[in-house]
Amino acid sequence: MASELGRSLRLAVCTILIGAVAYPLTVQAIAQAVAPEQAAGSLLRREDGSVIGSRLLAQPFRSPRYLWPRPSAVDYNAAAAVGSNLSPAGDKLRAAAAERAGALRLGAGRAVPAELLTASGSGLDPDLTLEGALAQVERIAAARQRPAAAVAALVRHRSRRIPGEARRLVNVLEANLALDALP
Amino acid sequence: MSMVVPGAVLILAVGLSWPLGWYLRWALDPPPGCAWRERWEQRLAPGDEETWPRYGLALLVFNAVMLGAVVVLLACQQWLPLNPDGKGPLTASLVFHTAVSFVTNTNLQHYSGEVMLSYLSQLALQWLQFVSAATGLAALTAIARALAGRQTVGCFRRDLLRATVLVLLPLALLLAAPLAWQGVPMTWQGAVEARTLEGVTQTIARGPVAAFVAIKQLGPNGGGFFGPNSCHPFENPTWLSNVLSCLAIVLLAMASTWMFGRITGRPRHATALFAVMLAFMLAKVGVATATEAPPTRALAGLNATVGPNLEGKELRFGAAAGPTWAAVTTATSNGSVNCMHDSLNPLTGLVPLTGMWLNMVFGGVGVGMINLVVYIVTAAFLAGMMVGRTPEYLGRKVETREMQLAIGVLLLHPALILLPAALFCATPLGRATVANPGSHGLTEIVYEFTSAAANNGSGFEGLGDNTLPWNVATGLVMLLARYLPILLPLAMAGSLGQKRLVAETAGTFRTDTLTFGLLLAATILIIGALLFLPVAVLGPVAEHLAR
Repeated sequence: MASELGRSLRLAVCTILIGAVAYPLTVQAIAQAVAPEQAAGSLLRREDGSVIGSRLLAQPFRSPRYLWPRPSAVDYNAAAAVGSNLSPAGDKLRAAAAERAGALRLGAGRAVPAELLTASGSGLDPDLTLEGALAQVERIAAARQRPAAAVAALVRHRSRRIPGEARRLVNVLEANLALDALP
Repeated sequence: MSMVVPGAVLILAVGLSWPLGWYLRWALDPPPGCAWRERWEQRLAPGDEETWPRYGLALLVFNAVMLGAVVVLLACQQWLPLNPDGKGPLTASLVFHTAVSFVTNTNLQHYSGEVMLSYLSQLALQWLQFVSAATGLAALTAIARALAGRQTVGCFRRDLLRATVLVLLPLALLLAAPLAWQGVPMTWQGAVEARTLEGVTQTIARGPVAAFVAIKQLGPNGGGFFGPNSCHPFENPTWLSNVLSCLAIVLLAMASTWMFGRITGRPRHATALFAVMLAFMLAKVGVATATEAPPTRALAGLNATVGPNLEGKELRFGAAAGPTWAAVTTATSNGSVNCMHDSLNPLTGLVPLTGMWLNMVFGGVGVGMINLVVYIVTAAFLAGMMVGRTPEYLGRKVETREMQLAIGVLLLHPALILLPAALFCATPLGRATVANPGSHGLTEIVYEFTSAAANNGSGFEGLGDNTLPWNVATGLVMLLARYLPILLPLAMAGSLGQKRLVAETAGTFRTDTLTFGLLLAATILIIGALLFLPVAVLGPVAEHLAR
């Protein structure tokens, strides 16, 4: 029994050196070599070096001048992310969705893109569908005093396809940066 | 729904599992004669070939060392290094639960990684993700050797070292590289403060994530670095990372079926088993994608666009990715999620539950295959009884002792789920912690114990489960549900392997035919699923029917 324990301890040390020391250091070396930007969190910075956010994470946007991302159960807290965990058939979600639909103020008769009424799994979904972005164009154009067609063209231009899906996606933070960069 | 994601995942997984099964055999059960390899293995993990009781003892002792080491590391995390964000102490019951959860390969998480754990604690859990998966692979290798009729079943510590170094380490490196390229962070720096375009401060948690996620998927462990697991853009940033992660969930479990066939010398039998499991898998993926296609019911009357349920989902993976992952992660014992299972449509929630109730559709690395062996022996027994012959499996007679052990394992699973779930449903222990009242709340409680008993680790996360009763109860369930279904089948295989080979005749019930496959599938459905039918009706089905 004592030798069993001794040999197990020895094996534990050996596997710790492999799985918790050598392995992560190797992965870090690979990550630094192939994708140093991504390794640090895909951060977008201002010219002075301060961090605006991560390309991969949604942020809160409340001004009518910007695209608003999908709802978040944790108000876009990127240090404690979580989904709503509400039943899709339950009354709590029904109430939350009705409130979100009212806040969007898309105008009577316009269908609301479903992703703007439902919270994402992480609370940090960085994307909208193109429909979800285009639905917000009129508000943004009015707030920026620009033609709606120009804003719509910008959003369309920034949309991307994912394999097997008819709907195109738009990264909200990147699109908002592009909006601010409009001449 | 576009079936590109499930199609890509399953075709790649089936295709790659065959050569990987061949490699697993070479890595875990090599033919003698390679001198330099034997010398290294003896140096790093000395010991002799053992009989099954000694093998089981070595397994338990090493797993106890794993548990002890990680309990100490987690309990002391506030004083230890690699804690750039200054994470504080964890409660005693959470330390117990988390350590047990990762030692047993369950990865049920009652904490949120980026909120509560230091990087050192994450590294400790990452070590367990290697060695708990290796424990499962080693156990399957030993059982296959016993069924092949060998007198000794191997040396546990050597098998564990082989599984870690030759199987898990290279595969994890192969997966971590593309994940890092796609955007999974890999840094030892702490959280970073961002100031948004509107001037709001956002704290962005990060860490050595790529290494963690790769072994979490392959294990199949499933415990995430971040609370929302593979929903989180830092764990699963793109469509491609999602397909690769989903593939990794099922790959090793599939390959271990082929390894089992090679060690026992019955490749045709392994093919029949693979076909049965694949049929279950396809059925699960098909049902889940179909039931998740209807829109979120809570949006009825709001003039929303019509499309698949999006609550708890991320857009970048595509519509079918969530239900596909839900089916795959609970067929194997992975338990990572790329959509919130609590927010699946009610009937879709039944798919992961069924997967964990059956607990054999490829199953955990090694362990799922072991569960299947128990079902096979039972099916062979039923077939033997029907034709009035002493049942046989792999040329050896199945008798009272083997059947007692097999039935013991089969009944343990529902007992470990339904008895504690009944207790928690009947008392405030569970009722006070559900997030969605009514039948959905019942499903939340049943899901938690199912996940613990299947050593899965996914959850209906609305449940407020970081309480003393939940931590202790699910911790105990995980321990019993891990070690008894390894040790009892090991005993059963050891007992079978000692018997004389019976000559194969025309009357022998063959285990590589369509008849056998159908009988096995029926046995699994009748024994595995029927016990859970009442609770399925009261939970997900009732919620679906209620309007």
